Amino acid sequence: MTTIDKTAHVPAPRESVSGDGPLLDVRDLHVEFHTRDGVAKAVNGVNYTVSAGETLAVLGESGSGKSVTAQTIMGILDMPPGKITQGEILFRGQDMLKMSNEERRKIRGSKIAMIFQDALSSLNPVLTVGYQLGEMFRVHQGLSKKAAKAKSIELMDQVKIPAAAARISDYPHQFSGGMRQRIMIAMALALEPDLIIADEPTTALDVTVQAQVMDLLAELQREYNMGLILITHDLGVVADVADKIAVMYAGRIVETAPVGELYSRPAHPYTRGLLDSIPRLDQKGQELYAIKGLPPNLTRIPTGCAFSPRCPKAQDICRTEIPPLAPVTEQDGLELVGRGSACHFWKETIHG
Amino acid sequence: MAELKKEQEPVDATPNVSEVETVGAATEAEAVAAIDAPVSQGEPILQVRNLVKHFPLTQGILFKKQIGAVKAVDGISFDLYAGETLGIVGESGCGKSTVAKLLMTLERATAGEVFYKGQDITKLSGRALKAVRRNIQMVFQDPYTSLNPRMTVGDIIGEPFDIHPEVAPKGDRRRRVQELLDVVGLNPEYINRYPHQFSGGQRQRIGIARGLALNPEIIICDEPVSALDVSVQAQVINLMEKLQDEFNLSYVFIAHDLSIVRHISDRVGVMYLGKMAEIGTDTQIYDHPTHPYTQALLSAVPVPDPAAREGRDRIILTGDVPSPANPPSGCRFRTRCWKAEERCATEEPLLAIPERFVAAATPAAHESACHFAEEKDVVHAA
Repeated sequence: MTTIDKTAHVPAPRESVSGDGPLLDVRDLHVEFHTRDGVAKAVNGVNYTVSAGETLAVLGESGSGKSVTAQTIMGILDMPPGKITQGEILFRGQDMLKMSNEERRKIRGSKIAMIFQDALSSLNPVLTVGYQLGEMFRVHQGLSKKAAKAKSIELMDQVKIPAAAARISDYPHQFSGGMRQRIMIAMALALEPDLIIADEPTTALDVTVQAQVMDLLAELQREYNMGLILITHDLGVVADVADKIAVMYAGRIVETAPVGELYSRPAHPYTRGLLDSIPRLDQKGQELYAIKGLPPNLTRIPTGCAFSPRCPKAQDICRTEIPPLAPVTEQDGLELVGRGSACHFWKETIHG
Repeated sequence: MAELKKEQEPVDATPNVSEVETVGAATEAEAVAAIDAPVSQGEPILQVRNLVKHFPLTQGILFKKQIGAVKAVDGISFDLYAGETLGIVGESGCGKSTVAKLLMTLERATAGEVFYKGQDITKLSGRALKAVRRNIQMVFQDPYTSLNPRMTVGDIIGEPFDIHPEVAPKGDRRRRVQELLDVVGLNPEYINRYPHQFSGGQRQRIGIARGLALNPEIIICDEPVSALDVSVQAQVINLMEKLQDEFNLSYVFIAHDLSIVRHISDRVGVMYLGKMAEIGTDTQIYDHPTHPYTQALLSAVPVPDPAAREGRDRIILTGDVPSPANPPSGCRFRTRCWKAEERCATEEPLLAIPERFVAAATPAAHESACHFAEEKDVVHAA
């Protein structure tokens, strides 16, 4: 189903405001969980960067470590059982993992904010949405209750909740799923952060509402020139909004690429398998390609390439040596900007 | 009833990669022609007529008084033929799961009929109902909660035999269960394991094996793959298609993922607020939709192709689905419809082939409940 198209259209990256390097730079991050069944290695050396105004999509199945990475960046990882064994998370050049709790508190919410998947369980059911929105202003900016309320109404207007002034004292259960997700977005936006991490923001929503919410998010991102990390497993959503993509598998990034490139010619067998295994809306195919087997157990990650037991192209070297994320080039050696693949045989995968 | 076949290739087997590519290379026209070949027509195996389910809303504790009703399903009709898959799509709260429960007679219909081979099953009870239920089985959405954690896989799959002992004699059951495990691509030695020892995809296979145990003719699948990961979804979908061919099963496939529904279905019905908005073959619905709701729904689906980002004409609906306890008058979609006129508020559109298309031999000539039905391709990039 995937055709190899040499003249792939690559969207131009949005202009970045801060000239000095990326907004967020995650370097060689390792996170593990100590459980009764052993040590689960959830994140095994993740590297990625996000600049202002840029959308990075982190794509992966459940258990690939995409959410754990996000929680580590936010500093909301449960420790214990979680443990960061290695790595740096640089926000505007400063390592957040070395900061004190007080310093991190100042960043969390006002500089980096997060949108969670399930809005109903992320909002407090016994407090009005107005109170919960206003909390951001009261705690971080020390505003009075009255001023915070006025600001909250403004925010609700901004995320296009109809009759914001009337609904400010409603409780979360009185809102529909799409509206609740808007409130989550409003909360994340409250302090105009530089970076938003959206963890499966539309997975629980219907397609019509999903389109509304993703449109809103993209619009607000443009308006504030924010960086956005979009964590999802939906290849369709990614194609619609992302600038660049990092594909994760078993706690590692297996492929990075600009969005157009990834879809037109994947350089990792896992990405290729994923793309081939989704049914298409605009055409009816025959049998779906299925990646055989199951994602690995994180307490017992296979030696070598973690994908090798499921990979149709696996050779002996794949079972012994972990492939590094190598830069991907054209057949004639011309560099492909932003592309990398952690596969011993990326050349064969991308160039046929 | 077809006897379970022994020689099964493992479902996990990867299809030849080159094969997959040639499929993609085949011209679209060929592919469409191959798929549009008429499904075994003739007498429908299941006929649903004006099916209604209202859940009463009551007030008061001791003296309960009905103050209204949630009109979950409000008069839907469709046919299901042997060996075909009917997909039902719609947003959450449109009543698609209630339809599944009504077809299973897990809920009693408020009005309307469901004919299984000419017999109205909504009026049946006792032994007659039990006999019919043997032929209509169900696969549930969540493989984590639909399997009893205290029962072994053998007990779970074998439980239908306790209820219908005539299907398998007592001494033969263990062998039958192992056969079923083999059919769904699980190792027959797993018979003594518990559900928690399996992954989500494997659990869904157990659920499917349980559905197959009594050799039913119809399987109602309520969101069977929505809880699974993308790479595992394809495995389960392929398994379901294979089983359908093998046992000539009819599926009612309920899902909110429109791409998967297109892939597996021969015909598709689109539901909105307890009513059928549009129904037709997969090509008719996906390539030639005439109901505004179907068009909006299809255009909202993100397509995994960044090149289509600009070219597609997206219709973004405003607002949410109205409450089924108090649906809008006339056409139920009018509150969110960009074509709505006065007529839509007063006159309810019937599910029929739109007049303007009746005579024409176009794929747009299929049943659509809209006064202003108009063909519009929203799926393919301009």
